[in-house]
Amino acid sequence: MKRREAIDKLTGREAYIDDIAIAGVWWGCTVRSAVPRGRIRDIRFGAEIDWSEFVVVDHRDLPGPNQVAMIENDQPVLASDRVRHIHEAVLLLAHPDRDRLREARRAIHIEIDEEPAIFDYRVPPPADTVQHGGDNVFKRVRIDKGDVDAALVAADHVVEGVYETGAQEHVYLENQGMVGYVEDGVVTVKGSMQCPYYIHAALRHALARADNEVRVIQAATGGGFGGKEDYPSVLALHAALLALKAERPVKILYDRDEDMAATTKRHPARVRHRTGVTSQGRIVAQDIEVLLDGGAYVTLSPVVLSRGVIHASGPYHCDNVRVEGRAVLTNAVPFGAFRGFGAPQTIFACERHMDVIADELGMCPLGLRRKNLIQDGQSTSTGQVIRDGTDRIEILDRAVRDAEFHQREAADRAFNSTHPYLRRATGIATFYHGAGFTGAGETYLDSRAQVVGLATGEVEIRTANVEMGQGALTTFVKIVAEKLAVEPDRIRVAEVDTFHVPNSGPTVASRTSMIVGRLLERGCDALCATLGGDWTGDKFERELLRWHAEHPGQELIAEVRYEPPPGVEWDDERYEGSAYGTFAWATYAAHVEVDLRTFGVRLLDFVAVQDVGTVLDEVLAAGQVQGGVVQGVGWALMEECQFVDGAMANHNLTNYSIPSSDDVPPVRVVFYETPYAHGAQGAKGIGELPMDGAAPAIVNAVARATGARPAVVPLTPEVLMRVMGSA
Amino acid sequence: MTILLPGTLTDAYRMLSDDPDVTPVAGGTDLFAHWPENRVKQSTTYLDLSGLAELRSMRWTKSELVLGALTTYWDVVTDARVAAEFPNLVTAARQVGAVQIQARGTWAGNIVNASPAADGVPVLLAYDATVRLGSRDGVEDIPLDEFYLDYKKMRRRPDQLVTEIRIPRRTYQRAWFEKVGPRKSQAITKVGVAVTVAGETWRIAANSVAPTVCRCPALERYCAAVAGAKGQPLTSPSDLLPAIRSDVSPIDDIRSTAEYREQVLARILFHALNDAGV
Repeated sequence: MKRREAIDKLTGREAYIDDIAIAGVWWGCTVRSAVPRGRIRDIRFGAEIDWSEFVVVDHRDLPGPNQVAMIENDQPVLASDRVRHIHEAVLLLAHPDRDRLREARRAIHIEIDEEPAIFDYRVPPPADTVQHGGDNVFKRVRIDKGDVDAALVAADHVVEGVYETGAQEHVYLENQGMVGYVEDGVVTVKGSMQCPYYIHAALRHALARADNEVRVIQAATGGGFGGKEDYPSVLALHAALLALKAERPVKILYDRDEDMAATTKRHPARVRHRTGVTSQGRIVAQDIEVLLDGGAYVTLSPVVLSRGVIHASGPYHCDNVRVEGRAVLTNAVPFGAFRGFGAPQTIFACERHMDVIADELGMCPLGLRRKNLIQDGQSTSTGQVIRDGTDRIEILDRAVRDAEFHQREAADRAFNSTHPYLRRATGIATFYHGAGFTGAGETYLDSRAQVVGLATGEVEIRTANVEMGQGALTTFVKIVAEKLAVEPDRIRVAEVDTFHVPNSGPTVASRTSMIVGRLLERGCDALCATLGGDWTGDKFERELLRWHAEHPGQELIAEVRYEPPPGVEWDDERYEGSAYGTFAWATYAAHVEVDLRTFGVRLLDFVAVQDVGTVLDEVLAAGQVQGGVVQGVGWALMEECQFVDGAMANHNLTNYSIPSSDDVPPVRVVFYETPYAHGAQGAKGIGELPMDGAAPAIVNAVARATGARPAVVPLTPEVLMRVMGSA
Repeated sequence: MTILLPGTLTDAYRMLSDDPDVTPVAGGTDLFAHWPENRVKQSTTYLDLSGLAELRSMRWTKSELVLGALTTYWDVVTDARVAAEFPNLVTAARQVGAVQIQARGTWAGNIVNASPAADGVPVLLAYDATVRLGSRDGVEDIPLDEFYLDYKKMRRRPDQLVTEIRIPRRTYQRAWFEKVGPRKSQAITKVGVAVTVAGETWRIAANSVAPTVCRCPALERYCAAVAGAKGQPLTSPSDLLPAIRSDVSPIDDIRSTAEYREQVLARILFHALNDAGV
């Protein structure tokens, strides 16, 4: 099937928010704090500007509470008396001319009496930097399975390791952008986003408006990767406040510098492992500590931590597991959602640590993994019994075969012994990724989707899930077309507009195809039930037309709600039970070449083998995997957020390097398809999984090639030089 | 922003001498980066050289290759004769930005932008290039080696325009160029080095390791001595460090560290010399 929006995107017809002309629009911009923490003493407006031309908004203009509604409402929409991070929004300006707006922004001086700030999340906060609770800890999570202390004492070997991962910038192609306007008394925002109903809730809360007094419309969205999960709520509030005060539409578009400086990044993390193993390589105890840098406000840190902690012990069976997780405050620009959502951090640590354990035991890293991979009937760290029929050993073996692991090992050994400065090796990572919201999250979301039978005989899909480059539009159409056996061009997809589509939940957590797709299948069933039979194809269309002939002027809407799969139970207090409805499983293999002159790492080959349940669309699925791997390559080797006082110093694409096409070989993608009974057509989540595996596979390969033990990403050449110097 | 459009080179010289704050622009690939946030750039008066046919030519004389001020990287990349006689120019040009930048960016612009990370300059230095400056008062030739005074400071008066880059034609036994960046392409150099060997004469020029792109005279002497079997044979990269430390002064910055730059320069040169049997 042809991708729905392909021609519009290829021809440039697709209208992103920057492209949408709006009559009478003014431009908005944000005046931000230049210091990481302090009390606002004074705001001076330069005399060189005629301020009567401008609309100026500050915290006093909020009709409701000065809070961005999220997990905890601790983040102000606009700072009132204090700031907690550089680039924190203090004022908003609007003006018809963008150049004048820039001049005006430069003419505003926010004077702040600085207070002590904390930037290193790894150290205990000095008393004068405590800003949240009594200890700056946003969230604690603990998993306790079996008796870890006794098992560590009884183990033949205990292997320890500390692993650190850096922040990462999303680098969606389209920067953040939003327009706000008031239409018939309804505050409306339109822009680039993943979660229209998160924004809807944030607008209702801070603007003190009823459900039907705010409206959120998604414009074409050029990439999100989690960067448009939480931050657009802030931006939408800013655009709405300016529009309310200006009494006209106001558009805010971030340029790349502002976007990279002021919006969220992946949480930096440190993970400690203490692992008890038998001499034969059986893992008997895992003692793990996960620490996340949350930045200055809570945002999504608790749930990022939750996913990180649950994935920390890896796809292995162990009777004794303890994971202690904390997300802590620093005076950095808040960290937020990013593809993988905490799992890439802890999976990097776990998989790197597996190779270290293999080294310590003198075992083959493949053998160590084969011995410990979860088998059907065994359980994860939360006690979730896995019984999904996936052949996890075969996934590993397939990656080993396709990557020619053993043949290359011999060839690389010969190459390495003769080449003056190049060193090659293959590294692998085995991992899993839970699909959908964690724990009872999907139940709380209570998602609804609609399948509508139109009077034209066509079918309309109504969800709040967005196309952002991943192909959701196409996948949804395919699911419904195949379910009803009708032509894809007989299916429409409603614009994502909270006035017209129900809340089917956010477009995050690898949930869209699996969970919302399944809702659409059930919606088709419900529609057919109204039509009195299990119709398909031409018969379906005839029945639909007949219904409309019998019910002139009426709408035929089949709405379904999420129902948790049977047997899925979660104890959020004890962190026990079914953390996810299902998991996708994978083994990735990276063949690398390290240049000992420059300490640069070149990727020679990459094999990605995974079981994601039924593959709904081969091209889109492979695209997700390849894109995720490339994003992982960047995180592993070059994407370094350099922080100065909690703000990114290299907030531009000149000094923040993402992989170019020259840096990545073809990514060879293999799917196994063990169907999941509760996903659309048997699909599991796929979007985030590929972000998890590249970094550990690559760094394991570098370790094998050089004999060093790198434990950090990004493993830039400068870092590798230091690691090798101390090896 | 004001853009001046000279019809002839004479017009251009007059416009430059009338207003010392005018900035000449050729491809614009450096000048217009980070547009439009930079207010200084917005209020600048630019002298658009792109219409001046006199500056466009790339020509060969008996003794020189002459790059006109508007010669782009791409002009060089696509010229087989340059590839045969001055391969380093092609190697370096192919590593500047992407094809779009290579097609617009000029060698002369790279020189006067005066970035310590300029990729075009080390290879020109290693080929002993000379910069020809023109003005209403006539022409002046300055060896590129003497052109830079300090970070972003050069021997070009505001009324002067680079009109040509003149590269002497010699027989080189060896020429190589290595650029190390954060990724394979479209990268800003962390450390780079160009080397030529003509007879017993070595030229080594490095970028991103000092306030300006610079020749490395101590390294040149050291390598010439080692190659001429007058010095101790090389046993490890660290043998090169004393000469490197006397030639360059790398710093820690947003793109790399001083230690990395120094070490990598030593390692690249060491292995290049080894490969060459030195």
